[in-house]
Order: sequence, then structure tokens, then C-alpha cells
Amino acid sequence: MRTVLAEYTYTPSSVERGYAGQTLYINLSDQTIAAKPVNELMKEKFIGGRGFGLWLLWHGVRDNTRWDDPENEIIVSSGPCGGITQYPGSGKSLVVSISPLTNVVIDSNVGGHFGPLLKFAGWDALEIQGKADQDVIVIIDAPAGRVTIEEATDVPTDTYLIARWLLDEFAPGEEERYFISSISSGSGAEHTLWGCLNFSLYDRRRKELRFKQAGRGGIGTVFRNKHIKAVVLKSLPVKGDSNHPADPERVARAGVRLHKEIHDYDDQQCRMRHRGTSYLVQIMNDYDLLPVHNFRFGSHPEAHRINGDVWEARFTQGLPDGCWYGCTLSCSHTSDNYTVRTGPYRGQTVSVDGPEYETIAGVGSNCGIFDPDAILELNFYCDAYGIDTISFGTGVAFVMECYEAGILDREKTGGLELHFGNADAAIELLHQMARGEGFGRIVGQGVRRMKEYFAREYGADPAFLKDIGMEAKGLEYSEYVCKESLAQQGGYGLTNKGPQHDEAWLIFMDMVSNLLPTFEDKAEALHYFPMWRTWFGLCGFCKLPWNDIVPPDNKYTEEPAKVPAHLQNYVDLFSGVTGRQVTREDLITMSEAVYNFQRVFNIRLGYGLRDHDDVPYRSQGPVTVEEYQSRAERYDKQLEQLLGLNPREMPVEEKLAALRKYREEQYERLKDAVYARRGWTKNGVPTPETLKRLGIDFPEVLAVVQKHL
Amino acid sequence: MNRVLSFDAEKCVGCHICEEVCSETWFKTTDPERSSIRIREEQRQDGLMLSAVYCVQCGECINVCPVEALYRDKRGIVRLRKQLCVGCLACVGFCPYLAMFYHAGQTEPFKCVACGKCADECPAEALAVVEVETPRAPGIQL
Repeated sequence: MRTVLAEYTYTPSSVERGYAGQTLYINLSDQTIAAKPVNELMKEKFIGGRGFGLWLLWHGVRDNTRWDDPENEIIVSSGPCGGITQYPGSGKSLVVSISPLTNVVIDSNVGGHFGPLLKFAGWDALEIQGKADQDVIVIIDAPAGRVTIEEATDVPTDTYLIARWLLDEFAPGEEERYFISSISSGSGAEHTLWGCLNFSLYDRRRKELRFKQAGRGGIGTVFRNKHIKAVVLKSLPVKGDSNHPADPERVARAGVRLHKEIHDYDDQQCRMRHRGTSYLVQIMNDYDLLPVHNFRFGSHPEAHRINGDVWEARFTQGLPDGCWYGCTLSCSHTSDNYTVRTGPYRGQTVSVDGPEYETIAGVGSNCGIFDPDAILELNFYCDAYGIDTISFGTGVAFVMECYEAGILDREKTGGLELHFGNADAAIELLHQMARGEGFGRIVGQGVRRMKEYFAREYGADPAFLKDIGMEAKGLEYSEYVCKESLAQQGGYGLTNKGPQHDEAWLIFMDMVSNLLPTFEDKAEALHYFPMWRTWFGLCGFCKLPWNDIVPPDNKYTEEPAKVPAHLQNYVDLFSGVTGRQVTREDLITMSEAVYNFQRVFNIRLGYGLRDHDDVPYRSQGPVTVEEYQSRAERYDKQLEQLLGLNPREMPVEEKLAALRKYREEQYERLKDAVYARRGWTKNGVPTPETLKRLGIDFPEVLAVVQKHL
Repeated sequence: MNRVLSFDAEKCVGCHICEEVCSETWFKTTDPERSSIRIREEQRQDGLMLSAVYCVQCGECINVCPVEALYRDKRGIVRLRKQLCVGCLACVGFCPYLAMFYHAGQTEPFKCVACGKCADECPAEALAVVEVETPRAPGIQL
């Protein structure tokens, strides 16, 4: 039984040159539903996606708003190119909110159909503010021209159940299911700060729902805190020209070029069409970059048990597994016919979305778990309960190291023997998070809060916890070991939202190819690549078709790391969709404006300065004697060559300290170089000149930075 | 049995009438860019080499279509349900024969459905519609 609490009627506007021209505002506290116009400033400076999210959030919150205040918002937006069907990877959305983990703005990118369909339902963004006093669902029904907030007290919470219920309720006929999508979370999001959002898509081949996750930063926790069970959307049917591009032929040409390239070369390159991002496991292990045992090590003899070959055999082959129409890179694979072995779904045969690399490395190798079934079990329940697999993996790896270091014991964990490799204990922790009980509830508060708790309650050494707790700004690290790449330490640390690889992934350029020898080189890369990757999230694009497939002659170009031919594709796509003729350089400037705005936003909220860009030493070098000795030859050589020391005459503790002093100084020098390149002060504050150059020197933005100059 | 177009390079005189007939039949225009058969001319040392690009009904495109708009009909011909097509053009990029075409004038791609109009009008009798056991055109290998 559904009870309508508020209703709004509208006529869906047609999309012109990538924009619907208005955003949908919903306030759950006073049950307002309203349309807001998209003005030229928004389009010119903030573009869409993450840019729109930041702009709307900036105007929605106060300086002291925290994640669980009613005025915090959840904003979903794709971007002007989101929803084109011709170019692979054009269906992404960005979700923006104030994070419960970091207290600053989080932006989390996600596939699935919701973002593009939102636009084809007449809205460039969905902005939800306020907090309902009881559980609700939000329904956006474009064919009926109606938006409602409805009571939802007797419907399930967990994604698999509620999304299926919504599908049956709103789209009983097969063809009605094509253009419907929902956002939901789960019970784990209610009891932890790691809540994710599950964006659905209807898989016409499998005749079943599938899900993609806006995983990072706990937005699912905000969602459930607002008492939202789900948002469900019915759009108008999608056609090849639904986005009404200014120059459809230019868009189509770029699309066919990339389809052909993927057809011709994917099998010889990453084999994304067969194994998705799981191909990375082997490479990371080979280069000592795969996180093992809470990032202590970068490889493991058992890694072959969870590498791409294993997943290729598990994934159903030969299906067009894109998360939006026309994505022929098709990385979005599914492990079909998995029989669940624990918990409420025990004995049921299900399809597990993924696993993707981050999940395999996070809940797998980083926790010492090399059993593919256990990884599938954890993947399945993280999705069901609405929990981010990356934070879960990194968080549980931290707990396991604390257990092995004697900080935790069976008494403290409620009987769980959380040794590395104990998959059953990790799975039980996850069930506890969903039930809101036991040690799982403590773990689900995240690494930063666990560090404080273990020091306070168990007398653990705070300095040791700080060194091994792989979080920065409060967000858990994603799954790459960056000890040997100073540039990537910055790629994780000198970020807006926290250590997530979607800002910069520079390890190969820096560590393997040695293309960034000087601080200036590293700073340039830490300017260019974060800006470039930001741009995907402004427009509705996925990063993967940029460099997980490349033309065969890419290596002979002047800057192979930038994939020049694909940059030109993006110039064609943006110009072709919006009619705004841009150059490659313009793409970076667009991002710079949004990126700097986000930095200022963080400062406005009381963070975003130099000290907040600190990283745990585990990300910079070996914390323990065991770690040092596992790669002693490498570290000894560095002491000798870089510092002129004689490691043969030094005890290991002394060697650890010398290496640490050197590496920490290097990181501080990197901060200086990067801030200078980005046009920031030594304290990490964008200067008024930088803001002016980027055209975001609005009085309220300048007022924030003035206090820190 | 599968119905498929067949091309004899020995007989082709390069008049391109087939392209005109095809685009006239399906798009009411004589634009070769809207033809589902394209005659390619290549100057070689031993003279002009003529070849034809057209769909051999192999069905590779059926697997890459995300919306099941492409299907094989009872006569073995691969066809497109326009009302389901979302215009992603994956089939264009993935056709091993480069025989799925698109044009700025419409969002859906198009291809040869072995209607035989071009064969009827070919003055050199280089084209014919034939029945084959496996859905591959005679003489063409992947």
C-alpha cells in the first residue's frame, strides 16, 4: 500500500544539446518538490555532473553543516554528454554530498542507467535535501509527468529486494522495464559510515536487474539517514538522438571509431570484454603494487588464484555487458549462478555484479583472502547491504593487522579470529554490520574512528595506528600500493575527496617508466591528470575507454600517457554535443574551475588545507621491520644511492628511520611543488589570482580564501 | 537455408548501379552513402580490382546489440527492429565485414537484407541472391 505524501506535476522538457535545462529539487523535511532552472553560468563554469553537484550543494549548506544535518544534500547528475549511446562509457553519473567519513564534499562516480534516464526524464540533476520523519520512496515518473514522495514503511531495505519490488510495482510489463532505474542502499548503510548507493539497470539479455555502485564516501549512509528507501525513475524511451546533440554526425563518427578500435584491439590489450578490470590483478602483483595484508606488501604467491584468468572463467562470456547502452568495452561483467553460502540468502543461486579489480584487491588480497568464492560472497553482501567494497576491504585489512599485532583479541572482537585470510570472520563482520550489532558495528565506523577507539578503549599506540591505518581525510585508500611512487602518494594525498584513484593514477609513469624524475615533472602530472580525470565526471563519461584501450600507434606519440587520439575524440564529443567548440586545453581549464571550487568548498567547511593532505606512512614506506626486510634489497639500495649511507653497518630500526625521514621530507617537497603548480599558497589555498583566472572569483568564494591568505 | 547476396568480381564492371538502386529502394534517394552495398575500386599493378562490401548475414552483430534489436529471421537474414534500436552503432564498429552502415540522416544503422533489387538491376549479372547452408556469402572468408 502506497501513500502519497507530496506530489508535483510537470511536462518533461526535451533535451537540447545535452541539457534538459532544469534540475529537480526535493526537500524531505517540508516535502517541497520544485524545478530549478539551469543557467548559463552553471553550464559554462560547472558543466554538469560533479560540477552541478558542487554548485547546488554550495548553495544548499551552511559553513558548519555536517553530514547528518537536514540541510546536507545528495545530488545526482550525469552531464551534457551523459546518455549519448554512440560512444563507449557515456552513461556515468556523479553523486555529491557531505561525507560522514571526511566531513567534506565527496563525489562518487557510478554507472547504471539512472543518470542518463534522469536527463531523459527532463532533469539535469536531482537534488535531495531535508530529512523525512519516516521511510519514504521518491518516484519520478516522466511518462506520467509526476514526481511524488511516498510513504515506504513496509517495504524492504536491502537493494536486491527493494529494487525488485520497485520493478514489479512500477514496470510489470517487459518493455516497461527498459527505461526504469532506481537508487537504493541497504541495512549496512544504516549501521556503518560506509553506505553506498546501488544504481540499477535492467539487463535485457538476462531479464534481470543489475547494479552499479556509487561506493565512496558513505553517501548511502546519508541516504538512509534521510530515511530514503529508494528513488525510482521512469524516463521517456531512449533513442540514438535523445541527447539532441548539436552535431550528431561528429558524435557518431567518434563513436564508430572507438567501437572499431575496441573490436580490433581489446583482445590483444586488456581483454576488458572478457574479464573487465580483473585483468589488473596480475599486473599489480607482477609490479609489486597489489595490496596484500593491509598494504604491507605488493604481491603474494597465491595471487594467481584471483587473477583475470579465474574471473574470465567465472564471468558469463559473449554478452554486451556495458553499464550504459553502446559501451562496447563491456567491463561490467557478472558472475552468474553463484550459490550463496552464508546469511539470509544462504542456498540461493544468484548473479553477483562483478567483482571488479578494487573489490578483488580490497576484500581479497588486502585481507589475505585468495578464495574466489569468498570474494564473491563478500561482493554480493556488500552490494545487498549497501556497503562500499573498497572501504570495507581496506577497513577489514586494518582490523586484521591490529588483530595480528595483538591490539585486538577474541574477547574484543566478540569471538572472531580476525587473522589475515580468515574469510569466514570477514563475512561475519559484514553480516554484523547489516544487523547493527557486535564488533562489525565498530569496524563500520571506518579506519579513522577505529584508530581513535582502539587507542582510547584498548590502549593501543596511536602512532602505530596512524602509520598503518590506510585512510586520508577520513576516507579509506583504494587498492594500490604506492610506497615506491612519490607521485602516486600525491595522487592519493593531494586530493579533494580523499585517497581514491579516480583523481590520478601515476604509478607506471613514475615508478615503472621513470617519466617524472623531477618535482616539477611530478607536479605537472599532479596538475594535469587530476584535472583531466575530473573532466570525465563533469560530462557523464567513464574513464576506462580513455586509456584501457588505445590505438596501436599510441606508443609512438609524443605523450602516450595522455592517449592523444582519444583526447581528440573527447574534443569532438563535447563540441559535437554542446555546440561549444573547445580545444584539448579547454577541457583542462573547465576542470580546473570545478576542482578549485571544490578545494575552496572544503576550506569553507573547515578542512582543505595543507595539514589535511597528510597521508599515513604505510602509503609512503615500510612501517615495520618485517616490511623493510621483505624488500630489504630495494630499501638498502635506496639508502646507499639516495642518502649515501652504508646500510650494511646499520641496524634495521635505524635504516627504517633514515628511510622514513627521507620519504616524509620528499612528500612535503612534493606538496610545495604541486601547490605552486596548481596556483595555491603553501598552505594549499587557491589564490585569488587563480580563482580570477578560472572565472570563479565570486564574492562568497573569495571570502573563504581571504581568511587563509 | 539462408538467403544471402552473392558477388562475382570477375563479372563486375564497376558501374555502381547497385548502389543507386539500393539507396533508391530503401531511402528514396540515389546517394551511395545510403546504400547497403558499396563497390570498392582499387588500382593494382595488374589493373583495377573491384570488390563489394555488403552484409553476408554472419550475425556477429546480433551478439553485440545491447537491446536485442538485431535478430535473424526465418529466411536467415539478419534484420533490425528499429523501434528497439537505441542507435549505439556498436554493430557498425563490430561488423567484421564493415558492412553495417550509418548515416547522419537517421539514428539507426542499416544493412543489406538480401532483397535482391540490386541483383535484378545489375547489367553485368555480377550480383545474385542465393541460398547457402551456413550464413556466409560464397567466396568471402573472415
